[in-house]
Order: sequence, then structure tokens, then C-alpha cells
Amino acid sequence: MSSSLAKTLAESARSFDSTGSEVDYEPAALRIARPSAKPASGVPVLAGPARLGCRELFKSYQKGSVGIPVLQGVHFDVSDGEFVAIIGASGSGKSTLLHLLGTLDKPDAGEVLFDGNRIDNLPATSRDLLRNRHFGMIFQAYHLLPELTAFENVLAPAYIYESTLGYWAKRKQYRQRAMELLELVGLADRAKHKPSELSGGEMQRTAIARALMLKPEVLLADEPTGNLDRSTGDQVMKTLCELNEKQNLTIIMVTHDPLIAGQADRTVQIAEGRIVG
Amino acid sequence: MYKLLLCWRYLRTRYIALICIVSVTLGVATMIVVNSVMAGFTHEMQSRLNGMLGDLVIDCRSMDGAPDAAAHMQTIRRTVGDDVVGMSPTVNVPALLYFDVYGANGKRQSVTRQITLVGIDKSTYADVSEFGNYLQHPKNRDQLDFQLRENGYDTIDHMAEDMSKVQPRKQMKSAGWGYRRYKSMIEKQHAAEAATKQPKAGDEKAEVNEPFDPFKAQAEANGEAQGQEFDSAKEQHTGIVLGIGICGMRLANGSDHFLALPGDDVKISFPTASMPPKAISERYTIVDFYESKMNEYDSNFVFVPIRSLQESRGLVDPTTGVGKFTSIQIKLKPGADANAIRDKLKSAFPQEFYMVSTWRDKQGPLLAAVQMETAVLNVLLFMIIAVAGFGILAIFYMIVVEKTRDIGILKSLGASGRGVMGIFLTYGFSLGLVGAGAGFVIGWLFVRYINEIADGLGRLTGQPVFDPSVYYFYKIPTIVQPFTVAWILAGAVLIAVMASILPARRAARLHPVRALRYE
Repeated sequence: MSSSLAKTLAESARSFDSTGSEVDYEPAALRIARPSAKPASGVPVLAGPARLGCRELFKSYQKGSVGIPVLQGVHFDVSDGEFVAIIGASGSGKSTLLHLLGTLDKPDAGEVLFDGNRIDNLPATSRDLLRNRHFGMIFQAYHLLPELTAFENVLAPAYIYESTLGYWAKRKQYRQRAMELLELVGLADRAKHKPSELSGGEMQRTAIARALMLKPEVLLADEPTGNLDRSTGDQVMKTLCELNEKQNLTIIMVTHDPLIAGQADRTVQIAEGRIVG
Repeated sequence: MYKLLLCWRYLRTRYIALICIVSVTLGVATMIVVNSVMAGFTHEMQSRLNGMLGDLVIDCRSMDGAPDAAAHMQTIRRTVGDDVVGMSPTVNVPALLYFDVYGANGKRQSVTRQITLVGIDKSTYADVSEFGNYLQHPKNRDQLDFQLRENGYDTIDHMAEDMSKVQPRKQMKSAGWGYRRYKSMIEKQHAAEAATKQPKAGDEKAEVNEPFDPFKAQAEANGEAQGQEFDSAKEQHTGIVLGIGICGMRLANGSDHFLALPGDDVKISFPTASMPPKAISERYTIVDFYESKMNEYDSNFVFVPIRSLQESRGLVDPTTGVGKFTSIQIKLKPGADANAIRDKLKSAFPQEFYMVSTWRDKQGPLLAAVQMETAVLNVLLFMIIAVAGFGILAIFYMIVVEKTRDIGILKSLGASGRGVMGIFLTYGFSLGLVGAGAGFVIGWLFVRYINEIADGLGRLTGQPVFDPSVYYFYKIPTIVQPFTVAWILAGAVLIAVMASILPARRAARLHPVRALRYE
């Protein structure tokens, strides 16, 4: 597994170098930390190989001069193809955990592992690439780019991954992929609409399509149904479950709703920065 | 890829940024207009300055000159003959010019002007300068011979580029022998009337009509000595070419009024070359005007045949008949290095007696002043564009704040800090391009139609913006220099990009999680 990631990263780096659009991409930045020889003691052994996990994560936010602890030693693993729901009250640190797993933020202490490699201490360029190619993210507030149409929003990760010329050369494949994804989430007829012309459910499904654009290994979902009513929320959940079942996509979802969490394979309860069950 | 796309979308949806680019546009437009007009004036002025002077001028330090122009010209040919196209000796001397003006009430007044009297060789002088082209009679433009023409002087300024602006010079229609004969007849009538009325008329009137005339006695003496009466209806004195500004004036409506015409006589006093100098006076008949459109020359220079001036001033050696000259005008081949040739000639002629200078040296202070003016204006106007740069900076900061969440989204999708920075730099660059491009179009159109605009403004305010009586041009001269324009455009775009660096850096450094949470 780890060799496949390294290979992908190296390939991406080559494509960056050849087009020259992303400068300052040092080969050293590609070095993936070796899996630690001695895993921290007390790690629960999982049935499947661990896709994404964390070891003793600590994180606190600075509010004025006081540091407010958010995560206090979170420790868990998600195996390949698993659908995990992280459930907890608001302020319990579940969103922060998701951001740390998705390398959007850095932990104060502890490690984040992807395919057994430490990723929290990678240089910025490598983490950008991880978010771009290997993680898909969806958010409670959808976070679509308002200036782009639904179709262009789905294409956004490809825009970011490719240089202008590189995208131009492969535009047919990318456009086809984006259209397939929109069909998958049932929005083929809304492709030319701006986010402001879409309903909440449609926006969230567009966001899912965008997250899947570059075939990520892991989908990170932050309260995906938080802003939706029950029936649209169920539609979104149905889509996520299907993706998990049919494409064996690893999904980590954060929610405060036990009913939504119940649809996942496994539920992890978090309270006051610690996993409680 | 997303940089260009987002940048394009931002350009099309954020009109506030286009407003801040207006200041860049205006700055660029103003700079183009100012530079074009200044270049136009400079060019016009230089061509006229050069038009009146040869490319190189050798001046004697003494006003009484040096003998034997032919020998000097031979020396010049020996030294730098390869680059010389033509040479012409002249005699320059400051002088006073008198002519009579008849007012509307028939009263006569004598006008005195300080002038520079230039004796020229009519066969070669037109070769070394544009002098020939500035004359008002078509035949004199081909070859000047200092003889009054019957008629046919231009009534329309032949050098005007835009005929619609030219006011015809109606007075010039009558100029020539016809005018001279008519005037002679009227004068004879007046003289006859005065002779019959004289016993009745009081002393006072006689004094007003005939101010003290120092030439009268001399002229009478000459006439008596030659034993014949000078008939002004059939004869002329030595021909003279007057600068059009000496006896002409341009009225505010652009038409010209002349106090004297070809056919009139003038009197000139100048010093002789004897020691000590004595003032002597000569009568001349105006045979033509010249108009270089440089007011400085047109109201100062007066041309007579060099031989007559040499004889009058006593510059001719009585034994050999060789005349003295005060300067030699030299015309160089196009592209010749005037400064190098000047330096060669300087070593050929002793500096104690001769001054060698290019026309640029002679007009150095004037040209330097214009250059300085252009430079200062450019600096000031570029400051305006720099101020516009700060406007861009402020508005870009606002846009970055407004787009904070989008920046967070892009980062969560894997966009790098550099990439996000690139969006805003590209945005600044394209705004700069748009602003500079629009400024170029506006500036160019303004320059293209500057005279129409000046006229319109003049009508609107009732105050002529461009007064032809001040400049002796009919319209505002302009030259759009591609190099200057390119320099201005590049500067404007650079300022826009520099102003976007700070906001772009801020965007690049935004923390993704905080940006995503930004409301």
C-alpha cells in the first residue's frame, strides 16, 4: 500500500515538473515517513489493513492567552472500505479531528497515518497533493465556489491538479468523468447551474461529486446532512452508503445525529476530546 | 488552470475592481496625451530650429567678420568634405528697421524695430536651410532673386497641414508691383495736395504728419548726387526679405494682418565695420516675407543680399574685392555625426577667432528646457498611477477578505499557497492590462482628435484653448511614439501587479480551517 502511495506521489511530482506550473517542488518533499517500527502500545488491532488512523492526537486552540484543549489523545484507525461515523456533541472536537485527518490542520502532538505512513508532518506541497488526490472532503455548508457552475465545481480538483496545458490535453477525459459523477449523484441536468441556483441537497450532492473527481481513497464528510432536512439528508446518506458498498470507498463521517450515524458500519463516540466508545 | 478560470470569473463579476482600475486608465491616458503633445511640440520646434540654421555653423567671434569665405569653405571641404552637402556664408549684424504705417484715419506713423540683419548668398543659402520653403511667393521658393514680383504672393499659408483652419491672407493678394505703383501714385497725390495746402496748414499738422526723418536729407542728397529722381512706381531699392512677424500680427481669430506688404519700402540702420563703428542707413524694398513659424525668428530676422550688405558695411577689401563674412552655415549629409564633425572643425579653425557649433548647441538651453519639462511631467503623472496602485491594493485586500471562504475551499481541495497567490497576482496583472489597454485607447483617441476637442472646449468655455496667435501653429502638433507608449503601458501593468502582491500574499497565508469557518 505504502509503495503505491509513494508511486502516485512521485508520478504527480513528475507531471508537475514536466509542465512546470508548480515551482519549488523539491524531491525531498516526496519523502514519506517510514511506518514506525514499533507501533504505539495499546493500538487496537483491526481486521482489515488500516487505511487512515491517528495516534495520541492532541490539539488545542488559542483563545487569547488561554489554550483551550480540543483533542486530548485521540487514537483510532479506519480500515480500508470501512464507513465510520464519528459522533459527539458540538464542541467535542469531532470536526477538528476530521480536519487533522484531512491534513487541513496540524496536531500539537501525535501522528496521523495514511496507509501506515505519517502524513501530519509532511511538507505543505505533499499535504496539498494528498488533499487533492487521495482525500475527498465534503462539508456541512457544501463549500462550493460561487463563481463556478456545478459542472466546473466538480472539475475543480482536476483544475487544481493539472497545469493549464495538462488540463487542456486531458480535458475530454476529465469532462467525461465529471459528467459521469453528476449523473451518479442525479444532477446531470443541473450541470450548467451556479450553486446559488441549486437547492441544499443538490449542492451537497455536487460537493460529493467534486470530492470523488480524482478517485480518492478516503472520503471525509463533516456533518454532510447538517444543513439538510430529513428526506434530502437521507438521499445524501443513501448516496454515501452506495459509494461505500459498490465502490468500497472508505468514508469517515462526522455527525451529531445518532440516526445518521447508525447508517455507518461503525460508530466512534467522542466526548471532550477523547474517544469514549 | 483554476487561476486563470477564477481570475476570469472574478473579472467578470467584480465591477468594483474595474472602478479602481479607472485611475490607472486615466493616468495612462494622460501620460500618453502629454507625451504625444510634448513630442509633437518638440519635433515641430526642432525641425523649425534646424530649418532656420544649418546643421553646423561657424561663427566669427568678431561682428566685423573674417575675409574670404571661399578660402574658409575650401578648408572645410578639405577637413570634413565627405559629410558636407552645402555651405553658405552670411553676414549677421544687429540693426534697426523703420517703416511707415498708415492708420485707419490716414495718419502716418513710423515704426522702429530691433532686428538681426542677415546678408545671404541667394544661390546657396536655400541649400543649407529650409529658408527657401518659408517664402511666400512660389517662384521665390524655387529661387530667390531679391526682385519684387508683379503679383502672385500666396494668400493661403502653403505650409499649413489642415487647410480648414487657415484664414486667407487677403492683403497678400494685392502685394507686388501693382501695390507699389498704386502706393506711389497715392503718395504723389498727397505730396501735390500737401504742396498746395501748405500755405494754409499750420505748423502743428505738418509736424504730426511728417515726424523727424533722418534719411530724408541723405536720400535727397543721393538723388541729387546721381542727378536723377528715384521713381518708386518703376524702380525698387535693394530687395529685402522680412520675417513675417516683424510687420505682421496674428489676430485672435487666426487671421493675419500686415502693417507692410511686399512692395513697401523700409529703412535700416546698422553699424559699419570701420573703427570706431558709425551708424549708416539704407533703403530697401520688401520683396517677400518668410515664415518659419518660429516666432523668435519670424519677428527678428531680415535677409538682404550678402554683397550689398558687405559693400554698405565696408566689408569689401577695395584692392582685391574679397568680402568678409561673419558666419558659414553648413548642411550635413543625413545621418552624419554633427558632434564629431564639429570637433574636427574646431581643430581646423583657431578657437580664438571662430566658434563652431551645431544647431543643437545653439539652441541648447531651449531644447534642454523642453526635455526637462517632459521629464518632470512624466514623473508627476507616474505618481498618479502609483497612487492608483494604492487604490488597487486597498480594493484587493477587500476582495481577499470577501473571498476568504473560497480561498479555504481551494486549499481544502489541494490548492497550494502559491496557487492561491497566483490567482490574485494574475487578477492584478489582468486588471492592469485592462486598465492600461483602456487608457491607451482613450489616450490615443484623445490625441487623434485633440484639435476637435480643443475647439469644442473653446466653444464651451468661450475661451480659446489653443490660441494660434500665441504659437504660430494652426493646430496642436502631436506625435505618438510607440516606444514611449510601450514604456507607459508596461509601467502601469507593473504597478498593478506590485499592488496586488501584498493582498495575494495574505491570501496565500490564510489558514485553511480558519478560512473555511469564516463567515
